[in-house]
Amino acid sequence: MSHEADALGLPRGILAHHFSSLERQNEAMRLGMWLFLATEILLFAGLFTGYAVYRFQFPLAFQEASRHLNITLGTLNTVVLITSSFSVALSIFYARTDRPRAAALCLVVTLLFALAFLGVKAVEYAEHFHEHALPGKYYAYEAVKVPGAAMFYTLYFLMTGLHGVHVVAGMSVLSWLLWRTLQGRYSSRYYTGLEMGGLYWHLVDLVWIFLYPLLYLI
Amino acid sequence: MRLSETTDSLAGAPPLETLNYLTDGTTVMSWVNTRDHKRVGVMFLAAVLVAFFLGGLFALTLRMKLLQPGPFLMDALSYNRLFTLHGVVMIFLFLIPAIPGAFGNFMVPLMIGARDVAFPRLNLASFYLYLLGAAIAIWGMVHGGADTGWTFYTPYSSTTPTQVLPILLGVFVLGFSSILTGLNFIVTVHTLRAPGLNWMRMPLFVWGIYGTSIIQVLATPVLGITVLIVAVERFAGFGMFDPARGGDPVLYQHMFWFYSHPAVYIMVLPAMGVISETVCTFSRKNPFGYRAIALSSLGIAFVGFFTWGHHLFVAGQSTFDAGAFGLLSMLVGIFTAIKVFNWVGTMYRGAIKFTTPFAYICGFLYFIVFGGMTGIALATTSLDIHWHDTYFVVAHFHFIMVGASVMAFLAALHYWFPKMFGKTYSEGWGLVAAALIILGFNATFVPQFLLGNYGMPRRYYQYPDHFQALNVASTAGSTLLGFGFLIILIYLVIALRWGARCTQNPWGSKGFEWLSASPPPTHNFDEIPTITQMPHDYRTHEPPGVIRVS
Repeated sequence: MSHEADALGLPRGILAHHFSSLERQNEAMRLGMWLFLATEILLFAGLFTGYAVYRFQFPLAFQEASRHLNITLGTLNTVVLITSSFSVALSIFYARTDRPRAAALCLVVTLLFALAFLGVKAVEYAEHFHEHALPGKYYAYEAVKVPGAAMFYTLYFLMTGLHGVHVVAGMSVLSWLLWRTLQGRYSSRYYTGLEMGGLYWHLVDLVWIFLYPLLYLI
Repeated sequence: MRLSETTDSLAGAPPLETLNYLTDGTTVMSWVNTRDHKRVGVMFLAAVLVAFFLGGLFALTLRMKLLQPGPFLMDALSYNRLFTLHGVVMIFLFLIPAIPGAFGNFMVPLMIGARDVAFPRLNLASFYLYLLGAAIAIWGMVHGGADTGWTFYTPYSSTTPTQVLPILLGVFVLGFSSILTGLNFIVTVHTLRAPGLNWMRMPLFVWGIYGTSIIQVLATPVLGITVLIVAVERFAGFGMFDPARGGDPVLYQHMFWFYSHPAVYIMVLPAMGVISETVCTFSRKNPFGYRAIALSSLGIAFVGFFTWGHHLFVAGQSTFDAGAFGLLSMLVGIFTAIKVFNWVGTMYRGAIKFTTPFAYICGFLYFIVFGGMTGIALATTSLDIHWHDTYFVVAHFHFIMVGASVMAFLAALHYWFPKMFGKTYSEGWGLVAAALIILGFNATFVPQFLLGNYGMPRRYYQYPDHFQALNVASTAGSTLLGFGFLIILIYLVIALRWGARCTQNPWGSKGFEWLSASPPPTHNFDEIPTITQMPHDYRTHEPPGVIRVS
């Protein structure tokens, strides 16, 4: 079944034997990715539900505790992530206009932004540890003593922790895509793989865009 | 039916002497590293059968203990561990992956005229995740087990000294396996249907699997995050569900049942799909109400998401919520009834062939009606308060999960055994085993309905003496049930090794999976068929078993 792949001049192994055309395969990959993103959103949905329930239960503690987060670092991280979403989109643009080196460069930039995000997050975490603003039974933060503040930090650590795991997962995906881009796999004829990685990275960004106001602003 | 008739009219089904998927590469590596959906299906089948055997052994041991009230055969902690293991193994390692993993993987591409599922590597990964999850969970079971029941209710699950953590992590990994299977099927059905196979010609089994996959993809992540939170709670004391720290254990119940109630439909929808296929074959009739059966699968998948609150009727839920969840739960009964009437309508005036799979169809119909009706009763708040957490509930869900799902699993196993392995089994022993299983099942669970109604709570080690007679009856029934399964195991192993070579379509079925050879070659079809008719169209003039495609 590789005759179509040959005709298109695609590298080997891109068109799987059981798909009748590359178009069909791209369609399948996109649908699969969107479904996967739906499962990711539902994974976070459990935590968002928990947040809603406990915010309703402890409104004062949540307001108070949220004011004690470092809003400067939170905002900085939001800017970093949104910019990284732009750079990953740019890398897809370069790949589909046959500029693989520029595409690879954009991926490197995205990875650096991701590292910066993790770095800033680590600084924030260190601050929390220092102040004993920790979840559940470890909570001993002097500044906020309203009942329910510990629950805020429980949710804060669960949500940002799970998001952090996704940043790391996204970084491994992007590194792998970087390697494949350098191999010359993506071009105007085929760039779906890169597009999928980009979609995943946008999701990581999007989750943060919800976490930021919930944890830092309101 | 003679083979020559079939091959002439089929879209290039190869003669039987050519390599099939079983003989095309026989090294261990060719299995371990396969991308073939059929081999993944067979590996899933083997794995879930092992799980079923284990879970069954646990169940039989539990029943043996319950022969006597109080200390007998094992201490209370072992008893608690054992019913937890029984639940975890049967639900996460058997019922959820059983039909989609084994038969869905094998049949869906064949039925829709595809050469494989959309993502073959992901499919294999899903099997390995299953093995990994199973290994982690079993490791936990060996090293102490858990005594929480398969529901892991907090705060007990976050404080008990038993090994809950590995079992939770195992469940988390198994969830990933389930998500990947479901995702793969949805994409496969959307993108790999053969030319001419529009949605309203799709085999009903594929509809069932499609509905199941939607639930797997949308509900499983919520279970994932829930067990993850409990795991974090256990090793780090985060306290999200711990009332001592302002947490709400009822929130856990909501999140857990948001997955675990739809999970019942993950177990039942594929079973319904199997029945929809087999009932046509053995009644030699077109499906009665094809559209209604197909769409009610989606109906169940949809409504199934809004019923979870019926597990919380006595957990402090408001009366309004309880009433709403009760009503929504009853809607499931309507969709199920639509299917039941259509299956019976398919049988009506059909040329019924009473084979082993048909015996299981009959068992299935009886169990799903009985189990379904008691479910409607349980969805009624006032009645549920009487039956909540009693053996009545245990009997009810076993009627659905074992009665319906396992009957359909056995129907599928017997119906597709020739398709998968090209061998025939002993029909006589098949019927004997079916009779034993259906009888034994009734003898096991009907007494449990009575016990529950008299007030015996589930998961209790001790019970008053006057409950003993019914408990003994139930244990006796479970022994019959066990014998039935043992017979199946024996004759299927014999059939695998020494069974007679079957023809390409031994049942004379007009389901699309029989378009390919039995067992199919690795690439399924030499040429992708163009579908020009409905599945199971028995009104055509071709001889039995010949499926006309262009």
